[in-house]
Amino acid sequence: MRTKILSLMEEDCKLTVKDIAAMIGEEEAAVEEEIKAMEAEQIICGYTSIIDWDKTENEFVTALIELKVTPQRGEGFDKIAERIANYPEVDTIYLMSGGYDFAVIIRGRTMKEVSMFVSSKLAPMEAVVGTATHFVLKKYKEHGVKMTNKEKAERMPIMP
Amino acid sequence: MRNPLSETVVKIKPSGIRKFFDVVSEMPDAISLGVGEPDFDTPWHVREEGIYTLEKGKTFYTSNSGLMELREEICKYYIRRFHAAYHPARECIITVGGSEGIDIALRAMLDPGDEVIIPEPCYVSYLPCVQLTGGVPVSLPLQEKNEFRLTPEELEGAITEKTKVVILPFPNNPTGAIMEREDLEKIAEIIKRHDLYVLSDEIYAELSYKGKHVSIASLPEMRDRTVVINGFSKAYAMTGWRIGYVLAPELICEQMLKIHQFAIMCAPTNSQYAAVEAVKNGDRDIEVMVQAYDQRRKFLMRTFQEMNLKCFEPFGAFYAFPSIRQFGMTSEEFATRLLQEEKVAVVPGTAFGDCGEGFLRISYAYSIDELKEALKRIKHFIDNLS
Repeated sequence: MRTKILSLMEEDCKLTVKDIAAMIGEEEAAVEEEIKAMEAEQIICGYTSIIDWDKTENEFVTALIELKVTPQRGEGFDKIAERIANYPEVDTIYLMSGGYDFAVIIRGRTMKEVSMFVSSKLAPMEAVVGTATHFVLKKYKEHGVKMTNKEKAERMPIMP
Repeated sequence: MRNPLSETVVKIKPSGIRKFFDVVSEMPDAISLGVGEPDFDTPWHVREEGIYTLEKGKTFYTSNSGLMELREEICKYYIRRFHAAYHPARECIITVGGSEGIDIALRAMLDPGDEVIIPEPCYVSYLPCVQLTGGVPVSLPLQEKNEFRLTPEELEGAITEKTKVVILPFPNNPTGAIMEREDLEKIAEIIKRHDLYVLSDEIYAELSYKGKHVSIASLPEMRDRTVVINGFSKAYAMTGWRIGYVLAPELICEQMLKIHQFAIMCAPTNSQYAAVEAVKNGDRDIEVMVQAYDQRRKFLMRTFQEMNLKCFEPFGAFYAFPSIRQFGMTSEEFATRLLQEEKVAVVPGTAFGDCGEGFLRISYAYSIDELKEALKRIKHFIDNLS
């Protein structure tokens, strides 16, 4: 039941408990309980919307920062990641395989703000040995949702 | 001037849906639950393959039967999914949708006077296609109390000395009914005993929600008595590509091929290449779509229950067939008023045979949001009636 609930919610978190229960053929109360349990267990970590800010008056800059670090003895990468993740400016942080260690996604109001954050907060951290900042120019798809205009083709309203 | 028309064609009744279609077309803000095709886009890898083969200039005729690779993949697929074996070179023809398959199969098998048993309610093309051959359509009304399955008693009752072909349209449009293995076994016995043939329209085979679809062709000794109709439209959301296929014993296939080659030449080449990609790498797409349909189906059934709309549980296709007898209106009256008063379009059951009176076909090939809004309006309509 959990997988069923989660895949429905992942796709559309506006679905009500009643909808989900109907769609998977379960009792409403059971679904509600299960969702509460998954929230408590932090399987469901939050609810958010996917917004294309570019279509609004508000301007945001997003950057992907490659971070090379020296893992701390006895603490590995986790401790460093934790410190970085605590900054509200940081949207996402992943530990990566390959040429660098952390991929950090940062959102700020201006390029200057983002650059300042990297140079004054991230770069000087003891464990950080190198950064490379890539600014996002255009978003095409995020969280599985296309941002570019997507026309829906029309079906004939009545067909045998 | 002489009358230019064929009497046979003039006698054929136009599809009952047509009239309704015209009304709906003039109401741009109506919500329609009347569509008979998937709401999903064709999976991207399939469309991409179509684009790629166009770029490569693969735009010539294929052989009459269709691309050999496609026929091989289809035959493999039929063994893999439904345990029925047909020979790709001699027993498979790629057609322009399942509809062409129905037509050429009936034309290949029927002589004037031959009777064809057509369980109703059913898709609208069987009856006119039989009439065009000079064959005699014998409508067999199925019953809601049997969940619109064909029972052995009903079939026996309809067989005469002239019966030659029985149409098995399951999973069914418009009722959503299915035939399970035990149901089919009993039917197969009768078919063999009376030396009949089956036209098994399995276009909705992949859209089964109670175990896997069973093809009657997979039952003992039935392969040689069965023409299977199937296609890519419903399973892979490829309606507009117009690719279907028939699987039939060589004896019948040879004759069907003659009609196909003179009338059609070959199915669209570009679509055939896209279909190869679909059948080779599309099992996962089917799984995802079936899951979504099943969720909508359950959602619909629960909502019907909440609003006291009687409906047997459909286990196939993407249709529900609720009964509206309790409201004392004909299907057409109900559907017309629902359209005028609440701007929701559904198809009256009578469009699929007289025995569809008292029922509506409701398609759930729609997003949950669309279904919710439409069902809200239907509920409003029903509440105002009582």
